[in-house]
Amino acid sequence: MHFSTVFSLRVSLSCRAGGGGNDVQWCFSQVKGAIDDDVAEADIISTVEFNHSGELLATGDKGGRVVIFQQETENKSQPQCRSEYNVYSTFQSHEPEFDYLKSLEIEEKINKIRWLPQKNAAQFLLSTNDKTIKLWKISERDKRPEGYNLKEEDGRYRDAATITTLRVPVFRPMDLMVEASPRRVFANAHTYHINSISVNSDNETYLSADDLRINLWHLEITDRSFNIVDIKPANMEELTEVITAAEFHPHQCNTFVYSSSKGTIRLCDMRASALCDKHSKLFEEPEDPSNRSFFSEIISSISDVKFSHNGRYMMTRDYLSVKIWDLNMENRPVETYQVHEYLRSKLCSLYENDCIFDKFECCWNGNDSVVMTGSYNNFFRMLDRTQRRDVTLEASRESCKPRQVLKPRRVCAGGKRKKDEISVDSLDFNKKILHTAWHPQENIIAVATTNNLYIFQEKVN
Amino acid sequence: MQDPAPIGLSLPQLAASRCNLCWRGRRSSSFTIKPGLQTLMTLAIKEHEQHERLEKLKTLFGLPVNKAKLTSQRTRLKNQNGFHLCRLGREVYTFVSTSRMSGSLLNMFSKGTKRKFSDGDEEISDESLVGARVASSYSLQRQSLLDMSLIKLQLCHMLVEPNLCRSVLIANTVRQIQEEMTHDGSWHMVAEAFCSAGQSPSERLVATEVLCRSREQDAEPKLFSVISYEGCREEEVVADETLCSVSVSDTVSNVCLAGRIGQCWEKSELSGVERDEEALEDSRLGSGEDEEIDTKDRASTESPKTIGQVFGTFEIKNGSPGPDSALEELFSDVDTSYYDLDTMLTGMQSAPKMGPYDILDSLAPSHSSPSIVSTPNCRSDLNELDHIMEIIVGS
Repeated sequence: MHFSTVFSLRVSLSCRAGGGGNDVQWCFSQVKGAIDDDVAEADIISTVEFNHSGELLATGDKGGRVVIFQQETENKSQPQCRSEYNVYSTFQSHEPEFDYLKSLEIEEKINKIRWLPQKNAAQFLLSTNDKTIKLWKISERDKRPEGYNLKEEDGRYRDAATITTLRVPVFRPMDLMVEASPRRVFANAHTYHINSISVNSDNETYLSADDLRINLWHLEITDRSFNIVDIKPANMEELTEVITAAEFHPHQCNTFVYSSSKGTIRLCDMRASALCDKHSKLFEEPEDPSNRSFFSEIISSISDVKFSHNGRYMMTRDYLSVKIWDLNMENRPVETYQVHEYLRSKLCSLYENDCIFDKFECCWNGNDSVVMTGSYNNFFRMLDRTQRRDVTLEASRESCKPRQVLKPRRVCAGGKRKKDEISVDSLDFNKKILHTAWHPQENIIAVATTNNLYIFQEKVN
Repeated sequence: MQDPAPIGLSLPQLAASRCNLCWRGRRSSSFTIKPGLQTLMTLAIKEHEQHERLEKLKTLFGLPVNKAKLTSQRTRLKNQNGFHLCRLGREVYTFVSTSRMSGSLLNMFSKGTKRKFSDGDEEISDESLVGARVASSYSLQRQSLLDMSLIKLQLCHMLVEPNLCRSVLIANTVRQIQEEMTHDGSWHMVAEAFCSAGQSPSERLVATEVLCRSREQDAEPKLFSVISYEGCREEEVVADETLCSVSVSDTVSNVCLAGRIGQCWEKSELSGVERDEEALEDSRLGSGEDEEIDTKDRASTESPKTIGQVFGTFEIKNGSPGPDSALEELFSDVDTSYYDLDTMLTGMQSAPKMGPYDILDSLAPSHSSPSIVSTPNCRSDLNELDHIMEIIVGS
């Protein structure tokens, strides 16, 4: 895969701290990825993640590759320039494997990438496919030693007879080289498919969750892990619920949550017991009887759970809505936002074409005032919590002009279609935005369509 | 453009076709994989001559040549934005009838094309009462949802492990429908058609494990579950007790377990040749074979019809003795390497989870014609499917 910048531009704006209110307008910044419509399966983006400073943006794809973009350092002479993201490093993280015991392939698709907080010059990230987690070190090399005493520049040893003086090598600058090397491989701990990884705030441990179990790892130890949650029933016939996502609390290193396919979230405290099968808190909203259908359970299945940056709230994404929960209130969410309610009448068709099983992710902005999630037809939704406003935007090639402000889109559920609205029936359900990421400090968002990565920035007047 | 008549495939055929169709090219095809388009009826015949070939095959096997149907499908497919050949996972292509609910499905993929499907209305046009219409359409919807779910469950047997979350959700949906049907009483009717007496319908609420067999190596690794049928060829399977042990489980009706099917096939292939040739000429299953049923085995209705059909198609693929010159001509450029016994065996063993097959068979009512199980057309459609797949693979 080659990430070539199709359009890149310098947007003359000043950066703003990551607030989201007050008529934020989003405009196009960059798009990465191939232009043609014929999508190679290996190029399908499967995860997007900013690092803790926002300087680096990592994407993983179905072909097992990780591409990291780096934000250019701002030009000091032109403080109005917003920097852009360019390819920093590309490497093959996972290879396809074959499980001979079960005669099944193990996909190399990268399910999740999580950055570790930076401790030294190198960057570390965890990437995982269905079965194996790897810790990668990304380091820069911009100097190399020159002037060896005993070696020529090309590495050949000098003839000892010709050496008459002592020469000490010195470091000279060279072209920047970014190397990615696997430092740890955490394998063979999961029977089922890994769906989440989450780094603990203690920076020493992390969890990995598959459909039925959650394991706790130490970053330094690869040959064993602790199982902290196991919901596998003794009799698999009784299996009715699986784990869909898990995350550590951003500040409390003993707390984590995991969501289930039945729409419940369990908060567990690792201090309570070694095996956290018994939850400390159970977050569940009682079902609305008026909306009950055969698909109620499926659409209540939570596809993503994310803590807010301040650690007081968590957000869950199910098929049709986004819910914000206060960690202190278990019986119902404090806020519920409909993402694409117009799909509720189409559930049967969506079930038939399997779209109902799509796992959408969601993300918070830097100060937890706005949340974002994806939808179909390359739409994504920004939900402003403070102003109680929401907007639907589209990531498309049509709005790729430099500095072009994104126009809000509207979907018409039925009846008379107004101008500029799209009817539900014309939505393209092959174009879905499952993965989005928000810069931790600025109003910069990365939105992944099938094989393209769009970067949008805020426009300030 | 009307909804084409469904090409129903019963599950044994799907199973058989699945084995025949497993190939290794993960990224070999020029087709994009759209797992979301699983249950669209697919006929991505891109070239005219392929279409002609198909027509020829159909004529050969006595199938009605339905140019209109193909055309309508192709047209519809062309209308769809970004449509590619649908395949389930990495191996299986399917001819699953679009259920009655899915008329609007295609709307979703074709921009701006508005289609009304009026099949549902036509069916119940006899009934004058609105209430009755609603009720029957509800049960129709429910039934089609059940069929759809069961198909989905079985067809997640790919080279890659199926998504457990999806399987569990579908299984829960099936259970929910079952429960509702049990309360309605309609479940009883369905169950009776297929089960042996003495088991109450409620006992047959399906265990998840059977519906979507877990990845865990089960306690019975030797046993495969295969669909059960009315018509069967017991002799082939039961021939050697030591090789193929057949038993019925208690939890689910009509669970038919044939151990080490590969060996059964091997053995039965030889004996099945003549029978298959006959069957080929018939191109119609059903009454002929029913008469062969061994009465003592009737109750358990074991032994898959699948095997016979698999042999049948297996037969064809290997250019077995006495094919038509037309057949030969048609298959001359088909790569038969896929249909080696080894391939089939491997393909079979790679996904020994055919539990749901029997469920489908026991649950799907035989009386409703649009359902997935339509025995009369099984063989012909199986052949059709296989041939189409050959064509496509060969292209």
